[in-house]
Amino acid sequence: MPKMTSTYTALLSRWHTLSGNPFFWPVLMAAGLLFCIAASAFEILDLYLQLILIYVGINIILTVSLNLINGYMGEFSVGHAGFMAVGAYVASLITIHVIPSGAATWLFPLAILAGGLGAAIVGLLLAIPSFKTRGDYLAIVTLAFCMIVKSVLENIEAIGGPRGLLGMEKLTTLPWVFFWTALTVWVIRNLVFSNFGRGVLSIREDEIIGDLMGVNTRQVKIIAFVVSSFFAGIAGGLYAHALQFINPRMFDIIKSTDILIMVYLGGIASISGSIIGAVIFTILLEVLRPLGVWRMVLMPLMLVLLMLYRPRGIMGLMEAHPFKPLRDLVTEKRWRRKKKETGHVSL
Amino acid sequence: MYIFQQALNGLQLGSIYALIALGYTMVYGILTMINFAHGDLFMVGAFFCFLSAVYLKLPFVPTLLLSILGVACLGVIIERLAYKPLRNAPRVSAIITALGVGLFLENFTLALSPYSKPVPSLLDNTTWTFGSLSISSLQILIIVLSLVLMVVLDFIVQRTKTGIAMRAISWDRTIVPLMGVPVNRVISLTFAIGAGLGGAAGVMYGQAYPVIDPYMGILVGWKAFISAVVGGIGNIRGAMIGGFILGAVEIMVAAFFPSTYRDFVAFTLLLILLIVRPCGILGKPHPQKM
Repeated sequence: MPKMTSTYTALLSRWHTLSGNPFFWPVLMAAGLLFCIAASAFEILDLYLQLILIYVGINIILTVSLNLINGYMGEFSVGHAGFMAVGAYVASLITIHVIPSGAATWLFPLAILAGGLGAAIVGLLLAIPSFKTRGDYLAIVTLAFCMIVKSVLENIEAIGGPRGLLGMEKLTTLPWVFFWTALTVWVIRNLVFSNFGRGVLSIREDEIIGDLMGVNTRQVKIIAFVVSSFFAGIAGGLYAHALQFINPRMFDIIKSTDILIMVYLGGIASISGSIIGAVIFTILLEVLRPLGVWRMVLMPLMLVLLMLYRPRGIMGLMEAHPFKPLRDLVTEKRWRRKKKETGHVSL
Repeated sequence: MYIFQQALNGLQLGSIYALIALGYTMVYGILTMINFAHGDLFMVGAFFCFLSAVYLKLPFVPTLLLSILGVACLGVIIERLAYKPLRNAPRVSAIITALGVGLFLENFTLALSPYSKPVPSLLDNTTWTFGSLSISSLQILIIVLSLVLMVVLDFIVQRTKTGIAMRAISWDRTIVPLMGVPVNRVISLTFAIGAGLGGAAGVMYGQAYPVIDPYMGILVGWKAFISAVVGGIGNIRGAMIGGFILGAVEIMVAAFFPSTYRDFVAFTLLLILLIVRPCGILGKPHPQKM
């Protein structure tokens, strides 16, 4: 046993040196992007594997953005699929009707961006009244929102009604998914560790005290909500152009539940946790596909067992080394050294 | 006349919503936990009704009792295995566990019976007509039976010792055990009663709208949950009122507008109500302690 622990510590410290290197992120990003471009241009991976990777990326965007509300802010929003739907429909309508098909490949990011902005505007409209209510009532408001979006989409004949929308080109490619995923993770990670992020955390810990300390909690809540719905809209746009078909029933409460499961599987208030949760959930669903319908029985059972034995999820309230800001790492190092020297640390 | 007919239909749907909403609100009142698996317990109740009607060939009353008992046992088992270990964990873990249990029930039922099932009618349904108003005996039975169940429940909660214990636990869960109240037993009993009412609602739903499938618990369950919230979650009388309001609104919208607008109008009303009265109709705002 001690031998194992020492191997683990050695590996851990090597990992910390590696991820502390200033070139760690640039090299990782460049390698990832190159791999994605190569994979989609020269068909290194077959189309099925590419599609799974695209889903992984979209799910990471959804999970990380929902974690901002449910994990860092400590509210319980269940309407993420609604924002995804808004983004998916706005982006698809733009690529079908506005953008000429010749320029579609180059103007695609603009369509996705428009989808995100559409979702953000809807998020703003919802945030203003909904944060008058708190806790469980916010869950109801977002739930009702999710149902309303679905119902409205079903009732507009011009966008296909309940039959859905067809005719998007397959514009979502692996490099684009990689780009948007990296952007989401980068923005939300920096947001969380910024001054603004402290405000978000103060709402989770104690809203009244946060208010007393000078955090404009109302504004912080609204901004966090808008950012979260913006990225949900982006994910929706990517999803629509990966599948080339959307209908309102895809974005119902079951989809929201899937996103919630990924968030809590990975662990609340953890970017790395969200990434791990999304990757595990998506890949496990594909790996277990031979089990047929029993895979859908097994997944919730595993979720329940995980919650029973590790209620905070895989990485709950922890962060992987590469995501931690430098000042935290420096403090941690100083803290450890002091502990080693004196045997104890006075706070 | 048309409006009276629709009011009657609304009352029928509303009493089913109210019965399910009671289960949500009781569990919330005592544990401040949203039991998202409750809608699926309702679905299991409907499937028990199907099983006992088709394979055991039982008449209505034994079927009802069997469903209530079966679902109540299931509720207690779920509470013991899945929720009890999490009683001191963060609240969200319990909610996610409930979501997981709900998904498990749905997909397990789906794996066993992949198609929607027609539920045979267990009662001779006579219809009386007064002018253009037609009332079926089934409608009367559903409304009366659910009212009786609600009155019994209200009596249990307001007058019996167990009911007093339930209300006491929802008041303060740290002090009450010191007074000698068997908290675990009372919580199990709450789950049993709530789930049993859901099972009864499942049987009635199976009789009134006789096609059942494993996913029917999702939408009906969420709507019942919304009724509980409209009435003020944690408040038993509020849940009854909320159920009847939601049933009436849905039927009335479907009666006067295209029926596809039903969910839209119902949920928009809910949003407006929550903005005007953030704690529901009968709910009281909890003062926040510092």
